[in-house]
Parts: sequence; C-alpha cells; structure tokens
Amino acid sequence: MANWIPLWLHKLGSPPTFYRFAGTLQPWAMALALLLGAIALYGGLVLAPADYQQGDAFRIIYIHVPSAWMSMFIYAVMGVASFIALVWRIKLAEVVAMESAPIGAAFTFITLVTGSLWGKPMWGTWWTWDARLTSELVLLFLFLGVIGLYHAFEDRRQGARAAAFLAIIGIINVPIVHFSVNWWNTLHQGSTVNVFGQSKISGAMLWPLLTMVLATKFYYAASLFRRVRTDLLALEGGKDWVRKIAEEEADR
Amino acid sequence: MSALQHFFAMGGYAAYVWPAYALFFIVLIADTIAPRVRRQHVLRELRARLARQQVRQGRAGSISTPTPPSP
Repeated sequence: MANWIPLWLHKLGSPPTFYRFAGTLQPWAMALALLLGAIALYGGLVLAPADYQQGDAFRIIYIHVPSAWMSMFIYAVMGVASFIALVWRIKLAEVVAMESAPIGAAFTFITLVTGSLWGKPMWGTWWTWDARLTSELVLLFLFLGVIGLYHAFEDRRQGARAAAFLAIIGIINVPIVHFSVNWWNTLHQGSTVNVFGQSKISGAMLWPLLTMVLATKFYYAASLFRRVRTDLLALEGGKDWVRKIAEEEADR
Repeated sequence: MSALQHFFAMGGYAAYVWPAYALFFIVLIADTIAPRVRRQHVLRELRARLARQQVRQGRAGSISTPTPPSP
C-alpha cells in the first residue's frame, strides 16, 4: 500500500474495523434521514404553496428530484469504489461498489416511475424517448447489469471485479444524464436548482427540496452501512471475528 | 371541504401525487428490510456450518484410525 495513505484510513479498510465503525454510525444516519425526511415532507406537502401552472402535481418534485440526484450520486460512488477495487484490490471497496448498486437501482427506479406519474398530467404521456428519460433508463440498466454480472460468478470476488469493470465503463452515462437537457432540447425541462447561482424556484418551495436531498444522502449512508456489514459477514465467514458475532447473536 | 379533505385531494392530482409517494416509501422500505433478512440468513448458515464442524471434530477425536474397507 502506498505510504501517503494515512494509517487510520488503512485501518478503516480492514473488514472487522469497518464493521464496527459502520455499526456505530448506521443508527445515527438512519435517524437523521427519518428526521430530515419528515421535515421535508411537511414542508413540501403542507407548507409549500401550489405551483401557479402545475397546481399540486408539482409536489412530486420532492421525491423525483432527490431520487434522480441520488441515482447519479450513487453511480459516481460506485464508479470510484470500483476503480479503487480494481487498482488496489481492496476488499472493502469491492463491497461498497457492489452494495451501492441495489440502492442506486432503487433510486433510479423511483425516479423513472415518479417522473412517469408526473409526466402523465403535465405532458400528457407516461413515457417519451426524450434524452433525459432515455439516459436515465440506461442508468437503470447499467445498475441492473452490474448486479447481474456480480451474481453471475460462482466466486464473489471474481464477480465483483468483473462488475466493477462494467461500472467504470458505464460512468460515461452520468454526465450524459446530467447535461442531456442542455445538449438535446427535448421535452424534459432544464435544471431549476442552481448550486452556484440563483435558483429558478421560490424559497418556500426550495428548502423542503434541499432538506429531502440531505435526507436521501443520509438514507443512502445508512442503507450502504447495513448492506456492507451483511456482506462482510458473508465474505469473511471463516474468520474468527465473524464466528464470534455469529455465536453472540445465537445467545440472544 | 375540510382542510384534511382538501389536503388529500391534492388539487385534483391525488391520483398522481399519492402513488408517487407510496412507491417512494415501498421501494425504500424493501431496501431496508432486504439486508436484515439476508443478515439473519448468513448468520444462521454460519452457525450451522460451525456446528457441523464441531460434530466432525468430535468424531475424529473418538475414532483415531478409520477402519479400512474390506477387500
């Protein structure tokens, strides 16, 4: 291992240490996700005024947009973890990449279906081969491809490496999803929220959206920690530290 | 119309807004439950494997030399 990597980070990469670390943080992440989510839902469904054009249908934004951002964010995390897994062969990076895929697929699926439910009353159609919609659908297939390839191998670590390779190739789709509304001026609207400038949305509508974005980030952390812990137990089944946990939980 | 009825009507878009929210929660709850179920499964299997190993070791201790099959 390169010696510029600090020792604590190196230690965190060891499965038993990360198992404990994730176990400590997981309940806090989930509690924050639930708290922020509840505040965001109240703000978005009750406090925010109805849109002057879209009426109350616009309220789908509070789950559609955070889910769409998460679908890209999780893909990026999966891509980076896959790269680390392939270059440095760190077992934890493989696990993070492979356990991110189902969460990413879940958010991508939510994005597509809620978008469809929003498109029907506003555009008059459930689906159209618009650039944004099509590239998001490709993102779902990439997530499913990574999950499928991972499980197609008898040896889990071999499967993880093959799937990590696919994840890295597929990362090209993330900027395509993001810039699709600028590159091809088709049906889906451009971005409303601008991180570096003035957003084209009133503050009363914006704060619940940003709160929900935070809530979904914490949810992802909680879900990832839970999944990684489970996967580490399965992968390290023969080791003493896992045996100890199995015996402790049998007594309860 | 009461305030609550007004809220659930979603300005006539209830048929689109509520299924979207329902789906969001159903998918995320499923994502929360799945690893918990898998964890129970993994640990149960591991305990069964450890128990089998112990039985095998116990047998190996009592019978030092396995009887060779008769020709």
